[in-house]
Amino acid sequence: MFIDTAAEFDVRDYLRKEMMPHFLCPGCGHGIALRALLWAIHDLGIDKDKLAVVSGIGCAGRLSAYIDANTFHVTHGRPLAYATGLALARPDLHVVVITGDGDCLAIGGNHLIHACRRNLKLTCLMLNNEVYGMTGGQVSPTTSETRLTTTTPLGNQEPHFDACALATAAGAGFVGREVTHHVPKLKELIKAGLKHPGFAFVEVLSDCTEIFGRKNDLGSSPEMVMRQKSNIRPSAYADTVDTPFRPNTLPTGVLSKNNRPEYGASYRRATAEHAGAPR
Amino acid sequence: MNAIDTSLTGKSAMKLLSGNQACALGAIAAGCRFFAGYPITPSSEVAERLARQLPEVDGVFVQMEDEIASMAAVIGASMGGVKAMTATSGPGFSLKQENIGYAAGAEIPCVIVNVMRGGPSTGMPTRPSQADLMQARWGSHGDYPIIALTPGSVSEIYSETIRAFDLAEQCRTPVVLLYDQVIAQLSETVALNGAGHTKAERKWANGPRAAYKPYDTGSDGIPAMAKPGDGYRTHTTGLTHSESGFPTQQPEVVTRNLKRLFTKLEHHRALIDAYEALRCDDADVVIVAIGISARAAIRAVEQCRAQGQRVGLFRPITFWPFPEKQLRQAAAKAKAVLVPEMNTGQLQFVVERVLGKPVDGIHLFSGEALTPADIAARAAALAKGA
Repeated sequence: MFIDTAAEFDVRDYLRKEMMPHFLCPGCGHGIALRALLWAIHDLGIDKDKLAVVSGIGCAGRLSAYIDANTFHVTHGRPLAYATGLALARPDLHVVVITGDGDCLAIGGNHLIHACRRNLKLTCLMLNNEVYGMTGGQVSPTTSETRLTTTTPLGNQEPHFDACALATAAGAGFVGREVTHHVPKLKELIKAGLKHPGFAFVEVLSDCTEIFGRKNDLGSSPEMVMRQKSNIRPSAYADTVDTPFRPNTLPTGVLSKNNRPEYGASYRRATAEHAGAPR
Repeated sequence: MNAIDTSLTGKSAMKLLSGNQACALGAIAAGCRFFAGYPITPSSEVAERLARQLPEVDGVFVQMEDEIASMAAVIGASMGGVKAMTATSGPGFSLKQENIGYAAGAEIPCVIVNVMRGGPSTGMPTRPSQADLMQARWGSHGDYPIIALTPGSVSEIYSETIRAFDLAEQCRTPVVLLYDQVIAQLSETVALNGAGHTKAERKWANGPRAAYKPYDTGSDGIPAMAKPGDGYRTHTTGLTHSESGFPTQQPEVVTRNLKRLFTKLEHHRALIDAYEALRCDDADVVIVAIGISARAAIRAVEQCRAQGQRVGLFRPITFWPFPEKQLRQAAAKAKAVLVPEMNTGQLQFVVERVLGKPVDGIHLFSGEALTPADIAARAAALAKGA
């Protein structure tokens, strides 16, 4: 159930003031997602000293620099692989990955499916804005069909990924999706992901207003945020394909969960059983 | 010679090991507690051995989904404060390069083993080569310094693996261990004397947080690293960064920090440099060789000397930064220099640049190892002509 802790949460407690002003475009949804993440971290009382945030390259990748924690801005597509090493070596840390749709699903797609399969405790926040914003607006693996980008001047002809379906199929312990329009719900979803003992994948539908929005004539940023509502349906209806009242919408909320063993704990258990017994 | 063995005392267990196995045991002795890798011939035995042995010392082994991920995971573990290594061969070494550049730029200690096999591309997976010398130095984009070591025997793989970890920690840099398929998979006896070795430890931040800057250095040019969990909450990035660790493109800051990155290795050359000069003092012909080619060259030196020809061997053990002064000194009186190598002339290229004159070379890239006879014949001819 949603608990309103907004009054006691001050996002500035979790941001690096020396990094302000931030570099996000006006209307960008990534700041909302970042705030939701920090709010979730606040609600759970996670110690900033024990929080490690690993991010890749792209607009989403830049977010780690704003967080007052142990932050690692790594190579394009590889934050999950870096985070895997960090989390295995330091199980005492709380490791969060921030990535984008291009970073996570294109160049980093292999790492995503194997992170889901391995089920190491990590929380992966994928900010999906349907476009490579940092490089000027090229088509991404999540760009909807027919959308215009600088590299699809005739409209995108490639089908797009359903990242949550992919993560679920690959075995992720926790999979969820939310939009930046619903901030408290997004915060609660991220919290559930952070609490999950295994690999948690959270897709955030975030708007790129300045590049993708303009290119596709999607209106002002408030209009784009409001439009999110009509593109989704809550997860209560997740298994209802094309519900009569909201056909062709994306399910949101917790979409799948399993309790497969967490990899780090399994490895350490096996190690302890064989300690001092050379084979 | 700056070999690790001289600093070690006491009895040690003798073991018959392959080069790859010796590498794995050297890593454990050096304090390596994390390995991430991906199967590739002819380096897989390093991973296989560590998969069994790391759990015995409370370490972590993980086989990642690809070569890129294994390099990334190694850097991730090291950022967490754990000594970490990966092992690969040619194609995998190419795939790791981007992240090796990250480790060089962000100054994350790590060890990368590259067992050299025939190339280019998939090449000859089970055949030796020495053709990755240049890739080890220049493989990632941009300007960066790196250390690469070229051990010449199974025993030296053991000791140089230990030294690789020490150098990585002391200089906050990736260190590449380069050896060919022959010494990777041949078996020799090794004195497992690394346990008594005093391990080098990274310089960790320990002062007040307010005064700490992640890339601010003392007189030695090497910044103290903040360990996650210790309360410093720093930022690490592959973007050019200022002393604060945060991205910058200010020309003077970028220039200052890249200069410092290069000079940090130059300031530690006494620690880094290692070579062997065998009978070079009176040599008319100095052979310059590494790895299995140097082993053949040692025999060639003996054969030539037995016939009265004054032939010596200069063997870089630290290959990058190259022991330039030492080579110039060893070859100062030589009338001819001969570079036998299992590639089309990578070492010869370096030697010619260092000595400032053309030298002779033997280049074998057939997937076979050079023999003492190959080298002795050419060295003898050069000695007679000299």
